[in-house]
Amino acid sequence: MSHEIVERKIGLMGVLIALVISIGGLVEIVPLYFQSTVTEPAPGVKPYGPLELEGFDTYISEGCYNCHSQMVRPLQAETERYGHYSLAGESVYDHPFQFGSKRTGPDLARVGGRYSDEWQRIHLMNPRDVVPESNMPGFPWLAKQQIDPESTVAKMRALRKIGVPYSDADLAGAADQVKGRSKMDALIAYLQSKRYIVPASPAPAGQP
Amino acid sequence: MGNGTSLFVIVVTIANIAGCLWLIWWTSRRNPHDASGSNTTGHVWDGDLSEYNNPMPRWWLGLFLLTILFGFLYLALYPGLGSFAGVNGWSQISQYEEEVRQADARTNALYAPLANLSVTELADHPQAMAAARNLFANNCSTCHGSDARGARGFPNLTDDDWLWGGTPETIEQTIQNGRIGVMPALGAALGNDGTEQVIAYVLSLSGRNAPADWIEQGKQRFATVCAACHGPDGKGNPLLGAPNLTDNVWLYGSTPASLRETVTLGRNNAMPAHLPLLGETKVRLLAAYVYRLSRDEGHDEREDDDKQERGHERE
Repeated sequence: MSHEIVERKIGLMGVLIALVISIGGLVEIVPLYFQSTVTEPAPGVKPYGPLELEGFDTYISEGCYNCHSQMVRPLQAETERYGHYSLAGESVYDHPFQFGSKRTGPDLARVGGRYSDEWQRIHLMNPRDVVPESNMPGFPWLAKQQIDPESTVAKMRALRKIGVPYSDADLAGAADQVKGRSKMDALIAYLQSKRYIVPASPAPAGQP
Repeated sequence: MGNGTSLFVIVVTIANIAGCLWLIWWTSRRNPHDASGSNTTGHVWDGDLSEYNNPMPRWWLGLFLLTILFGFLYLALYPGLGSFAGVNGWSQISQYEEEVRQADARTNALYAPLANLSVTELADHPQAMAAARNLFANNCSTCHGSDARGARGFPNLTDDDWLWGGTPETIEQTIQNGRIGVMPALGAALGNDGTEQVIAYVLSLSGRNAPADWIEQGKQRFATVCAACHGPDGKGNPLLGAPNLTDNVWLYGSTPASLRETVTLGRNNAMPAHLPLLGETKVRLLAAYVYRLSRDEGHDEREDDDKQERGHERE
């Protein structure tokens, strides 16, 4: 094959370019789909309950991920502040995952149990009531927005189709658990579920 | 990583590098079909414009070969080829653990002399209190305020009024394991009138004004409904975290509306457990800091000054 052929046949050149640039992905991304540390839940990780799941959706719809990450990196300064570094297996039930890429506010991967529900409520209504120097916006409308129980069940059913192990009993009881609750309640329940549940042990081999 | 996946990664990676080598070799040759000996592509534009077709200069070629050599060295030393961990055994986690070990060694040198001191000893230890001040700012001030005087729903730690007891041991326990303070909703049990009467009685316990007949009726209701937790005299019970109602210190404010909310809907308050987050020594340091705040005479004077100033402003 001569240089000239590749330069003259733009279709062939396109195919060859695609081949070359996909090699990095083939080697670095594709094997992750077959790696148990990435595809299986870390010990103790359970699917979100109905209220927490609604909180997860509220977290996304309010754009919390724009300022908060959920990824404690294996760096001493980070684990000192937030706790054990995040493991891939902790995010298997997050669709989509909320690793985030920017920290205007702190990381939230281990925020559960750090503050009381009441503190979270005050803080979400107006953050400056408890943290005077905070530049986080308040989200007072969440307290007025009710959750639609039917959509919760529909969401859980959809998640079950992509592999989240909700049982029939989970689906049956879901509507009652979110009935009459506000999005504020849901978001707080979600934040309180962000706990460190993985037992402290060295990371599995091959974990980046 | 499974064996199959690992093999796949190794094969594709090596093939890719071999492909790069071949590409360099291929482009570095002179075009064999170019018999004329001229080193142009043969294209001519505008009569006299032609295009050189020289191989890359040797120094440039050398740089490419060096990057490939670097690639092989890297893959030999560091993890990259499937599950092969590299000959020097480096991993992100081992580097992190080494970092933590060094940081622990540094902080342990600071904390080790303090580890065996009691809360009261620590409270009189200037160095320990300097460290505790920072710990408080990092971990406690978001709820209790940077001056530790609390806010609505978050107790003031500088006074001598305690929900769960103010001995060094109970303070340490509170920080270690957290506390959950529950006041049940009593709206249904008391009814509207009963609620107002109990509120009147509770206000009167702290020397506030309230209608006398309500106080009297409220006292009777208090004895049946409230005394179980707050005690027959309303002085509270630190075992349950039931506040003393006679001292004019109000966690949720003393307005009738707030008291009505407390009595009818109840309160559910929590202090998070900090032992898992901070460890024993740091918790004890904080306990000592809080213990010191409550009996620090300097603090009280400042508080008195503030009160006087605020009083003047109101006048």
